[in-house]
Amino acid sequence: MQIFHRSANTIFKLSIFGSLLVVGGLLYVMNAVESSSWVTRQDQIITQPVQFSHARHVGGNGIDCRYCHTSVETSAFAGIPPTKTCMNCHSEIFSQASYLRPVRASFRTNVSLHWNRVHDLPDFVYFNHSIHVNKGIGCSTCHGRVDQMPLVVQVQSLQMQWCLNCHRHPERYVRPRADVFRMDYAYPTDQVALGKRLVAEYHIKGPADLTSCSTCHR
Amino acid sequence: MSEEHKIDLAAIRARLAGSNGPEYWRSLEELSESQGFQEILQREFPSRASEWLDPVGRRSFLKLMGASLALAGVTACTKQPLEQIVPYVTQPEEIILGRPLYFATAMTMGGVSTGLLVESNEGRPTKIEGNVLHPESLGATTGYAQGSVLSLYDPDRAKTATYLGDDKPWKSFVGAMQTLMQVKRASKGAGLRILTETVVSPSLADQLQQLLTDYPNAKWHQYEQTGRDHVRAGAKQAFGRYVDMRYHFERADVILSLNADFLNCGPGLLRYARDFADHRRITGPDSTMSRLYVAESALTNTGAAADHRWPMRPSQIGPFAAAVAAAVGVAGVTPSSGLSADLQKQAAAVARDLQQHRGASIVIAGEDQPPAVHVLAHALNTALGNAGTTVVYTDPVEANPVDQLESLRELVADMNASKVDLLIILGGNPVYTAPADLPFNAALSKVAMRVHLASHFNETSANCEWHVPETHYLEAWGDGRAFDGTISIAQPLIAPLYEGKSAHEVLAALSDAPDRSGYQIVREFWMRQFAAGQGPSAPAAAAVPATADKTKARAGGPMQARMGTAGPVTSAAPAAGATPLAATLAASAAAEPAPGPGDDPFTWFWRKVLNDGVMADTAYAPLAVSFSGTIPPLPPAPPAGPGLEFIYRLDPTTYDGRFANNGWLQELPKPLTRLTWDNAVVISPATAEQFGFVTRYAYQGGEHGQALVDLVELTLDGRTVKAPVWVMPGHADGCATLYLGYGRTRAGHVGNGTGYNANLIRTSTAAWGGSGLQVKKLDEEYHLASIEGHYSMQGRGFVQVATLEAFRKNPAFVKEAVETPSSGDTMFDPAEHPYLGYAWAMSIDLNACVACGTCVIACQAENNIPVVGKDQVMAGREMHWLRVDRYFQGTLENPAVYAQPVPCQQCENAPCELVCPVGATVHSSEGLNDMVYNRCVGTRYCSNNCPYKVRRFNFLLYQDWNTPSLKFVRNPDVTVRSRGVMEKCTYCVQRIQEAKIESEKQNRKVRDGEIVTACQAVCPTDAIIFGDINDPASRVSKLKAQTRNYGLLAELNTRPRTTYLALLKNPNPELAATAPVNS
Repeated sequence: MQIFHRSANTIFKLSIFGSLLVVGGLLYVMNAVESSSWVTRQDQIITQPVQFSHARHVGGNGIDCRYCHTSVETSAFAGIPPTKTCMNCHSEIFSQASYLRPVRASFRTNVSLHWNRVHDLPDFVYFNHSIHVNKGIGCSTCHGRVDQMPLVVQVQSLQMQWCLNCHRHPERYVRPRADVFRMDYAYPTDQVALGKRLVAEYHIKGPADLTSCSTCHR
Repeated sequence: MSEEHKIDLAAIRARLAGSNGPEYWRSLEELSESQGFQEILQREFPSRASEWLDPVGRRSFLKLMGASLALAGVTACTKQPLEQIVPYVTQPEEIILGRPLYFATAMTMGGVSTGLLVESNEGRPTKIEGNVLHPESLGATTGYAQGSVLSLYDPDRAKTATYLGDDKPWKSFVGAMQTLMQVKRASKGAGLRILTETVVSPSLADQLQQLLTDYPNAKWHQYEQTGRDHVRAGAKQAFGRYVDMRYHFERADVILSLNADFLNCGPGLLRYARDFADHRRITGPDSTMSRLYVAESALTNTGAAADHRWPMRPSQIGPFAAAVAAAVGVAGVTPSSGLSADLQKQAAAVARDLQQHRGASIVIAGEDQPPAVHVLAHALNTALGNAGTTVVYTDPVEANPVDQLESLRELVADMNASKVDLLIILGGNPVYTAPADLPFNAALSKVAMRVHLASHFNETSANCEWHVPETHYLEAWGDGRAFDGTISIAQPLIAPLYEGKSAHEVLAALSDAPDRSGYQIVREFWMRQFAAGQGPSAPAAAAVPATADKTKARAGGPMQARMGTAGPVTSAAPAAGATPLAATLAASAAAEPAPGPGDDPFTWFWRKVLNDGVMADTAYAPLAVSFSGTIPPLPPAPPAGPGLEFIYRLDPTTYDGRFANNGWLQELPKPLTRLTWDNAVVISPATAEQFGFVTRYAYQGGEHGQALVDLVELTLDGRTVKAPVWVMPGHADGCATLYLGYGRTRAGHVGNGTGYNANLIRTSTAAWGGSGLQVKKLDEEYHLASIEGHYSMQGRGFVQVATLEAFRKNPAFVKEAVETPSSGDTMFDPAEHPYLGYAWAMSIDLNACVACGTCVIACQAENNIPVVGKDQVMAGREMHWLRVDRYFQGTLENPAVYAQPVPCQQCENAPCELVCPVGATVHSSEGLNDMVYNRCVGTRYCSNNCPYKVRRFNFLLYQDWNTPSLKFVRNPDVTVRSRGVMEKCTYCVQRIQEAKIESEKQNRKVRDGEIVTACQAVCPTDAIIFGDINDPASRVSKLKAQTRNYGLLAELNTRPRTTYLALLKNPNPELAATAPVNS
C-alpha cells in the first residue's frame, strides 16, 4: 500500500533543497552581519563629550599627531591626551568658549574626561602602535584622513582579515619613516618596488613571522 | 563514587622488594596498581573532571545544552560593547601608558627583609620580581612574595578603623590614643605594652626606642611564629651573645644538615639555595659537586636534594650530632648510647668526610632542634675550622633579639596580673599563634584597652576594642634588614586602597606628633643617620675600604647614630660590634658621590637607595666571636610510651596562617606532600600501619587526587584537636610532623575552615617539637586534595639520575638511556619550517632544582591563571600551567626523591597541533605551540593527544569577573580566559613579543638573557634557562650542548624544545647511597 501521495516526492525534494538553501542563506546573512558596519562600527558616528574636531586641530592648525598622542612611538597604546594638554592652549585661546566647558570643568575638579572609544579591538588582540609606526606604517593607512574628520570615525573594518592583508603583504602598505605622520601621503605608483626596498631596509619580517598567531594573540 | 581502593602497604613493600634497578613512582596509589589508577592513565582527564557536578537534573541539562547550541553561533555576532577611554587630567611625567614601571621595594616577613622589584601597570602593582641587586634575592623571590600581591587586593581586607565593631575615622583613633597617652605621661607609661612581630626595621626600632625613652615604664614585647627561638638561644649559649649565622654554601664541599631545611625555610633561603646550587652546577666531567648529608624527621626539600639522607626521630638527631662531634674530636662531647649501630657507622663516615674538608664544610641545625643541638653544630663548625670561612657570624639582623616565647610569656603573666591597661598589638595574630598553654586570649580580655593593627579583622582583632587596618607592604613606607644585614627601603607602589595605616603611623599616633606620615618618619630617620654619617670624621670612615677596619673607624667617631647609643636596641647586644649605621652610610654615600656641588647629598643618596632597592655596603661585617667551649647536655631521650614524637613546621604555603586567605598560595601544591588547601599530620607508612590508618582513593575512574584519609584525634597535655593523616614515604618512623598555619576561623572567605589548627595543642614548653603525642583513630574520614597522582605519565624514565662518579666514567649516560630519533625522522619536509629567525627553547637543570614550587605560583601571577578551589582540585581541574612532578625511587622507608618541573615542552612535532579541528593551536615561526584562545571551541582533543599532559581546560568559569579589587591584579598583557577554553604554557609569549618589539625598534636582535620567563625569573637556583637555540653562543644553547641534556619522552619524536639536564648525586663511596641510581 502506498502511504504517501506521489506529490510527496516533490515536497520532500523541495524541503531538502529548501532547508539547504535556508542554512546557506543563514550562513550568508550571519557573515554579512558579522562584516557589516553595524558590527564593526566602520563609518559609524560616535558622539563625544566634547566637540573636538581633528579637522580643526590637525588640518586647520597643523598640529602633529604626536603632540597629543605622545606614546605612539614608544608604547603599544598611542595615548589619549590628559586634560592638561588641552589646557596648554585653551587657557589662553577660546578660554571662555562654552563648548569647552567640560574641559575646564575636568581641569578644575580633577575629574577625567570620559571619551568614547572609536577604534576598539577585541581584548584578545594585542596591537602595538610603536612597532607599526617604527616600521613605516603611517597613521592614515589605518585611521584615514583624520585631518579631514570633524568627528573621528573608524574608516577600516579592523577585522582580522583586514589586518592580515598587510601582515601578508607589508610591501603594499609600508612608507618611508619620515612620512609616517603625514596625513596627505599618497602611495606612489611604484609602491610595490618602493615597499620591497623599505621592507628590506626596515627589516620587516616575512609573512611566516607576521602571521604567526602569537604575533597578535597572547 | 561507586568503589574505593585501599592502599595495601604490605603488598607495596613486596612489590618494591621484588623490583630491581631504578623504578620511579609518584604516589602510593600508583604503586598499588589499583584499578582506578590504571583507568585514569588511559584518560586525558579524570572522568569526573568532565562531568556535570552541580545538582542539575538531566532534563535541565539538556535544556541548557539545547539553548547554548542555538546561541553558540549567534554569540559570534554580538557587538562589542562601547568602551570609554579615561585619560589623566594631569599625566605623571614618568608614566608611558601601556608600558609598566618597575620599582624596588622590600618585603619583611619572619624577621628578615627581602628586596623585590615590583611591576606597576598604570599604578597597579601586578607582579613581584626579585631585585638582582639584593644579596638574598639576586633576582629570585619566595612563593610567599609571589602570592603577596594577591593579598594586597584581597576583598576581605579590613577597610576602616573600628571601635567595638563600629567604623571610626582615623582621626578618632588618634584622638583616643592622645587622650590615653596624656594619662600615661604621668605614670611614665606604667601599664603600657607594645607587642610587635620581629622588628628588623631600623626606623621602627628607633620609634619604639623613642617611645620607651619617653615612657620608661612601658615595655616592648616581640612575638612571631618564625621558629627562630632555638636558633637564637643556641647562638647565645655558644657565643655568649646573640649573633646571626651567614652560611656560605658556595664554599662548602661537605654539608651536614641536622633537621635543617635551609633550602626552603628561614632567613636567607633564596641565597642559600642559589649558593648551594652554584656549588653543584655541572658543566662537564671535570666539574665538582658538594656533598649533602641530611638527618631529618620529615621529608623536606633539603632532604630531597641530599646525597645521603637518614630519616630519624627528632630526638635521635641530637645523639647523631653528638656522635659526629665525638668522632670529629670536639672537646666535651659525650656520645650518647641511644644510637643504633648502623647510625653510629654513618656518623663516623660523615665525621671522616667533614674532617677531610676542614674549613670547607658546614654543619647546620634545624629550627625545631633544641638549643643544645645548635650549640653542637656551632662546636662542630668551630672544631672543623669553618667558623669565619663557610660560617660567618654577624650582628643579629633583628633590631632587638629576644627569646620571643619568653617575651610573650612575660606579657601574658603581666596581663593576668592586671599590670597592663593599654596594649598595642602591631601586626600579627597572637590569639591564633600563641601556644595553647599561654592563654593569650583570656589574658587579653583583662586589659582595659586593646588596640590591634592588622590587615584583616582576624582572631585577635575580635577581642580588641580598636582595630586599625594595616597597610600592605606595597602601600606603605618602611625599611628592613636582609639576612646579611643589608638595608632596604620599602617604598609603596600604590596609595592605601582603604584607610590603612602602617606600624610607623600607629606609633606616631601615640607620640607628640600624631600626624606624621610613614614617609616623613622613615625619610627623616635616614636623614638623621645620614647627617650623623657626614660628620667631621666621616671622610675617615669613608676612606677605609676594608670591612674589618670599619669597625675601628666607627667605634670612636662622633657620628654615633641615636639607635646606637642607648636603649634595648643595643643594650641587648652590647658587645663590641654594636651597629652605628652612620658610618656605613657615609661609606655608602662616598662610593656614589653627588653629581654636582649644587645637589643636596642626602636627596641624591635617598634617590639612589630607592632606585637600587638596597643601601650599598650596609651588610654586616663578620664578627670575631669565639665559641664558649661548653656544650650543654642534650635533652634526655623521651620516655618510652605509646605517644609519638612530633615536630611543628610552618606551612610551606600559608606560613603561620597569614596567607590562609590567599587563594594562589592555598592552591599551590606544597612541596613533596603535594597537598593543596589543607594541612595534615604527616607520618611514615610504618607508623600508619602501626595505628591501622588506611588511605583510600575513591574512584569511579574519577576522583583522582581525592584521598580519603583517616581523621585522628591528637591529644597533647590534655588538649585535643582533630586532624587528617597523610602518609608520606621517607618520613621517620615513630614521629609526626604537624604543620602550622591552618584551621583559622577569621581568615576570610578563602581561608576559613581549611585544615586544622595545630596551635590548639601546641604548648610553650614544646613549642617546636616534643614527645607524648597521643593519636587516636576516629571513625571518620576526611578528603584531602593531593595532586601527586595528577597528570601521570606512568613509569617511563622521566628523571635521569647518575652518580657523579658514573657520570665521569660515562658522560653520555643519558644518551644511552633516552632514545632520541634523528631530526630527519618526520613525514614533514624540514625545509618547509626552517626556523630562520629565533628558535625559542628552555633548559631545566634537574641538578639545580630544589622542588620549591615557586615557579608554579610565578606562572600563575604572570599569566592570569585562576584559582579553582579544593573540590575542583580533587576533580583534577587545577589550572597551573606548570607543575613540579615528584618521583620516589626505592623503599617506602627512605626513598630517593626527585623533582621535575614540567611546563609545555613546545614540541617541534607537536601531537596537539595535528588534532585540533579548528586550528586553535598552531606552530609559530619561532617554534612555539601557539594557543589561540579565541579560536578554541573546547573539543579537548589536543589535551588527549598530549603525552606530557600540560594542557589545562577551563571546565567552569574560574575567573572572578565580578570582584572589582581582583581585576587590579591581572596582567594586562595576557588574555583573561573564560569557560570552555583550553590553555597552556606559552613560554610567556607576552614577554617574548615585548622584547622582540623593543629590539626591532632599535634595529637589533634580541640579546641573550633579555627575555626571562616568569618561572625563570623567580627560580632561586637558576635551574630554568630560556633563550634562542639558533644562537650558538646563548646560555640555553650551551646548556643543551651538555652531555646531560635529554628530552622528556624524546623517543616519541616530539622533538621537545624544553629539555632537561640529568640529575647527579655525589654519594660518599664509603656509604650505601640512599637509592640505587644508575652507576
